[in-house]
Amino acid sequence: MTVLLDLLSWVALLLGSFFLIVGSVGLLRFPDFFTRMHAAGVTDSLGAGLILFGLMFQVDGQWIVLFKLLSILFFIWLTSPASSHALAKAALHHNQQPLLGDEVRNRKQAANE
Amino acid sequence: MGISMFSVTTVAILVSMILAITRAFLGPSLYDRVLAINVLGTKTVLLIAVLGFLMGRPEFLDIALLYALINFISIIGLMRFFEYSSSRQEEK
Amino acid sequence: MTIEFLVDIVLLGLLALTAIAIHKTRDLFASIMLTGIYSLLSALFFIVMDAVDVAFTEAAVGAGISTLLMLSCMPLVKKQEQPSRHHRPLGLVVVTLTGALLIYGTMDMPPFGSVDDPIQQHVAPRYLHQSMDEVGLPNVVTSVLASYRGFDTFGETVVILTAGIGVLALLGFRRSRAQEMQHRVPAMQQHMILRIISKLLIPPILIFAFYVQFHGDFGPGGGFQAGAIFAAAIILYTMLFGLSTARQVFRERYIHLLAAVGVLIYGAVGIASMLAGKNFLDYDALAANPLTGQHVGILLVELGVGITVAAVMIIIFYTFSGRLDKDDHKEPES
Repeated sequence: MTVLLDLLSWVALLLGSFFLIVGSVGLLRFPDFFTRMHAAGVTDSLGAGLILFGLMFQVDGQWIVLFKLLSILFFIWLTSPASSHALAKAALHHNQQPLLGDEVRNRKQAANE
Repeated sequence: MGISMFSVTTVAILVSMILAITRAFLGPSLYDRVLAINVLGTKTVLLIAVLGFLMGRPEFLDIALLYALINFISIIGLMRFFEYSSSRQEEK
Repeated sequence: MTIEFLVDIVLLGLLALTAIAIHKTRDLFASIMLTGIYSLLSALFFIVMDAVDVAFTEAAVGAGISTLLMLSCMPLVKKQEQPSRHHRPLGLVVVTLTGALLIYGTMDMPPFGSVDDPIQQHVAPRYLHQSMDEVGLPNVVTSVLASYRGFDTFGETVVILTAGIGVLALLGFRRSRAQEMQHRVPAMQQHMILRIISKLLIPPILIFAFYVQFHGDFGPGGGFQAGAIFAAAIILYTMLFGLSTARQVFRERYIHLLAAVGVLIYGAVGIASMLAGKNFLDYDALAANPLTGQHVGILLVELGVGITVAAVMIIIFYTFSGRLDKDDHKEPES
């Protein structure tokens, strides 16, 4: 039984770490604020979720620890989309224009020349 | 360095934090920086939880929960003061 | 090279980078955000050093409340730091000399953290070994803070109250009712989603504050942290629903009263101990069994601390925000 739990933890933690790193690299490399927010959302939802699930499988029978991990997960999943929404709304309100398709193509062509 | 699952996760979270801080230093606009700080806050929560399991101290989860809360409230505080200062600019 | 060593190195590196960035940036808003990051990294650092209570307090007060309070007075000042006009080499010389003298002085001290330091010989082992017998709480930090060094904590609580009174005395002008009704308070009205989510979250946050307050005997926590969390929940409400609404829900008069009540509770426990025949703040006298007396004393004392800290932080936030509106009123209305 513990081998199964350990295996599940390993898988969840590794996948979670992978998504974290992917999201953060995206945060660095994407060209525009709104696309970066999209990448950051991956880290908050999938990355955090999988890592916390992985930790939950490692709890040795202490219910309070499981409860706390569930509350952290619930809190992150509830507040992170809300703050992303509010931030995007504030940015749009202050005239941050999203980078549209043509602009990306133009920039790529300009970079290639 | 013992390769336990927690060590691997800790290294991944640290790498992710370094990348997020780079965006906070670089980010051309203010909103990029605020986004990076938000991401940094969530990473901190995860790092505290994983360190708790790594060092065998489940009490750290209280701190993780607290920091998730503080992160949310700080981002709202930041946004409120953007709005306030920019609305003052518009009135001028 | 253990994983903790790696975490230490990375965190210290990031801390140094953040400090350099704070020094280099001229924009005040960026400085405040970077200071928040600095506090966050410090809290992580304390966790790696296994100092849980300190990390908790740093996260609650340093990263949370301090950043919010600094942000709330930011619209009152200019956006950029003024470039300094005088370059005084004399100041640099004095500081370097003093620093060098201090470092020279530390060379006489025993090596850092060694086992046979004088400081590890007298008080620290006594607290660590005898805390369970004399006070009976698993968390030694709480027993030292609230029982062995209760007088110091009393002083700290009075200092916090004094800070609140100072802020009120300097900035807390009461405007006339008419002026207050007139101007628009920025209430983030268009953020409907945020308001709904916060309404959902504020009661659990308050319950978490109570949990931290009373669980401080067994885990990280205690009065200071609980007060900060409580204040953070009310500050969240104030930011989203507007200062005038918040002032009607959490009336200022009662908050001022509560700030003083906390210190009063603390002092009253001390006086009760004296009336029962022992020294000031000697909790053994509070019940028939000394251990029960200690538990009761620490409970009441931490409650006093929590109440004062929460009330003073709310007072400071209200005063700064209220000041903001007052200046806003001075702008010529178009």
